[in-house]
Amino acid sequence: MYKIAVIGAYDSIYGFAALGLDTFPVSDAQEGEKMLRRIAEGEYAVIYITEALAAELKHEMSRYQEQVIPAIIQIPGVSGNTGAGITGVKKSVEQAVGSDILFGNN
Amino acid sequence: MAATQVNPTRMELTRQKKKLATARKGHKLLKDKRDELMRQFLDLVRENMALRQKVEAGILAANKNFVVAKAGMSEETLHTALMAPKQEVYLETDKKNVMSVDIPVFEYKTRTADENDIYSYGFAFTSSDLDDAVKSLADVLPEMLRLAEAEKACQLMAAEIEKTRRRVNALEHVIIPQAQANIKYITMKLDENERSTQIRLMKVKDMMLEETHHYKEKQAAKAQ
Repeated sequence: MYKIAVIGAYDSIYGFAALGLDTFPVSDAQEGEKMLRRIAEGEYAVIYITEALAAELKHEMSRYQEQVIPAIIQIPGVSGNTGAGITGVKKSVEQAVGSDILFGNN
Repeated sequence: MAATQVNPTRMELTRQKKKLATARKGHKLLKDKRDELMRQFLDLVRENMALRQKVEAGILAANKNFVVAKAGMSEETLHTALMAPKQEVYLETDKKNVMSVDIPVFEYKTRTADENDIYSYGFAFTSSDLDDAVKSLADVLPEMLRLAEAEKACQLMAAEIEKTRRRVNALEHVIIPQAQANIKYITMKLDENERSTQIRLMKVKDMMLEETHHYKEKQAAKAQ
């Protein structure tokens, strides 16, 4: 039985606590890295991470890219959408096809 | 000639022929695998993109609602309201095998039977904006989970497609031509050996006949 974690700045994630997801507020990248590593090795199958924090933890996140569990998914934070999530999808298209043929024009 | 040195023997020739046959079969299979993976990937990635756009719009709207809710309440009240969540979400994970790629399948369960049992606070001290905010976030949750599923599957499949594509290319452009070149080299070498053996035998035969019958001497005697 797995659980769902949300990690990011407190202001961006506190709402998820009401839904029953486990929230892990962090204030800086270093703390985030430690926290991410801890929860990724724990009992969480899905980890939502704010785009702002994800941008600083690219290296750490890439370690879990090839594993089935956990799935680390970027979500926009309270400060707005940086487009990193969309870029991630485009990147996987690029990796598979060789160039972005689907979403290249938007 | 082949880049690597191979022994021009019959055994090696059989080995190379077997290798070529296996490589051809593998190449065909991997190519089929790549095509099918690609087809499924393209469907999935389209779904992934649509879900992502929906989820991002949903979260954005929810965040706006939370900002409004926060503005209408003191921070302490808000923190207290959300401190002890009533609801808890569990995930049942399963794996689905798509063309030898394991992709996750999530099924979520809530702790209380009523999924909408999300308000972890009494309504007396909180604004209705907070209710709206929590509700708007709860509405995107199912889609967020499907996004997690689809996005992870896309990542895994993209990695697998890349790997398969490399293998196909390696077989097509390196292994198969190499084996063909080796086979050609060995066949030519063996033919060459056979010819030289044949010639040698003919020569030996000539010499042996000469030795027994002394044709040349007789011919010389006749001429005189």
